[in-house]
Amino acid sequence: MHPAYSVIFFTTASGAGYGLLFWLSLATAIAPDALGRWPSLAMLAVALVFVTAGLLASTFHLGHPERAPGALSQWRSSWLSREGVAAVATYVPAGLMGLLWLLGLAEGLIVPLALLTAAGAVATVYCTGMIYASLRTIRQWNRRDVPWIYLALAAATGGILFGLLGGLAGVAGRPIPMLTLACLLVAAGLKHRYWTAIDADPGAYTAKMAIGIPGLDTLRPLDAPHTMPNFVMREMGFTVARKHAEKLRRLTWIALFAAPALLLLLGVLTGLAVPVYLLAAISAATGVVLERWLFFAEAEHVSQLYYGRSRA
Amino acid sequence: MTSLPENTGTKLGLVIDLDICVGCQACATSCKEWNTGGYSAPLSDHDPYGADPSGAWLNRIHSYEYTRDGTSGTLHFPRSCLHCEEPDCVTVCPTGASYKREEDGIVLVNPDTCIGCKLCSWACPYGAREYDHDDGVMKKCTLCVDRIYNETLAPEDRSPACVRACPTGARAFGDLGDPDSEVSRSVAARGGFGLLEEFGYKPVNRYLPPRDRQPDPPAPSPEATPTPEPDGSALEALFAWVDRTLTARS
Repeated sequence: MHPAYSVIFFTTASGAGYGLLFWLSLATAIAPDALGRWPSLAMLAVALVFVTAGLLASTFHLGHPERAPGALSQWRSSWLSREGVAAVATYVPAGLMGLLWLLGLAEGLIVPLALLTAAGAVATVYCTGMIYASLRTIRQWNRRDVPWIYLALAAATGGILFGLLGGLAGVAGRPIPMLTLACLLVAAGLKHRYWTAIDADPGAYTAKMAIGIPGLDTLRPLDAPHTMPNFVMREMGFTVARKHAEKLRRLTWIALFAAPALLLLLGVLTGLAVPVYLLAAISAATGVVLERWLFFAEAEHVSQLYYGRSRA
Repeated sequence: MTSLPENTGTKLGLVIDLDICVGCQACATSCKEWNTGGYSAPLSDHDPYGADPSGAWLNRIHSYEYTRDGTSGTLHFPRSCLHCEEPDCVTVCPTGASYKREEDGIVLVNPDTCIGCKLCSWACPYGAREYDHDDGVMKKCTLCVDRIYNETLAPEDRSPACVRACPTGARAFGDLGDPDSEVSRSVAARGGFGLLEEFGYKPVNRYLPPRDRQPDPPAPSPEATPTPEPDGSALEALFAWVDRTLTARS
């Protein structure tokens, strides 16, 4: 599948934003006064900037962005619509929470709002993962673990942002790096299983099935229907050379999992927060963009059986 | 709107006879001609006369070589939307622009509400949907919904443009939900099949397979070619000398 930069930016930025929103809300629900009003408000603002920038970027690949509100209507059947509804709905408790912090009001209301915000963040990222996981045309996406990988990576990248901002505000606590580390390890485990599984799966569909004629012995493409690539080939026919994919996977392992995990451990051991989290954030950001690019580039679409691919 | 209709009694679709399709592209060009001015207007092209032409077409014709039971043949294979009974291209649409009509099963895109997210094209295993970069919406076969019910056209023209244009009669249009319709009877008689049935979208369009052929004649082998007896002439000696000389040099 063609890796559209707007979609890569959207899923990674909004993923980290929702991750940050999740940890902030969870921390607020558990100990409403621990972070303090202004650090909480600052973190909320950063989280919503990430989320909103991502959502805006996602409209760049639309042919008619001005009609985007219509995408909230089909939540009964469409994961993309559900994602839109969840994203918009999450703004409500998150915005009210921010308003309460801004005005210094109503301690009692913060906890339910924080819980709603955390649930909204999880639901939105889950829906993002399900948009891909629900497509049976792409075996690398049509997997149960895809939304969980999205959730684990959102929690890990958001946790690093949470640690960085907490360090800057001087309110870094001990449980957060350990939880972030746990999310990183879970994501690494899931991703390892994912890559092993997609490498072992040759694809259930063949070019002969695509043509459908019973009893064919051999089938060889002779003439393409058009002289130059069309939309279907450009959008669905993107392929990445295997050796490049392997190199990029190794880079992803280092930048997204190994380096941030070691840095977080270093932070726990030395008590350093800001420099460690800053480096971890830069590394993980690079890593998660690589991971998302590969998620698209390694995805093979069944329609390419009509354009020379023998299995998909 | 994006939820699929419970049941469409009528299942309008195409039956394409791969035995007699000659790959002339008349169906593709007549489709383009009608639809660039009809329901799907415009079907934009980019650089149509240049080095890298591309554009939105609703019908594509591939050619293959195949072998089957000791016979071989050339196959021309038109590919367009199959108006599936249970397609995810409809259910993934976030706006309801992609829909399946309850009255006749035609799968359409509403060009006024499509946001151009392309997710429906990702959900189609047949590559039947093409995005129009100028119009910013998805385009697909409409089964010429603006012809088949069009009472301003002569009755014989109330069929899809591709069917009307086919010079060999390889394309037929009708109700595949009615077992007594002409198209259903031809499917039953010829062993008509659907594409990628394993995938499970229940495509409505059917294809008729190439008919059985005579086995291919055996290929001539060098041993079978008779060698004339030598006659000892001077000319033959000359050629033998040339043959030896050239063989030695090479």
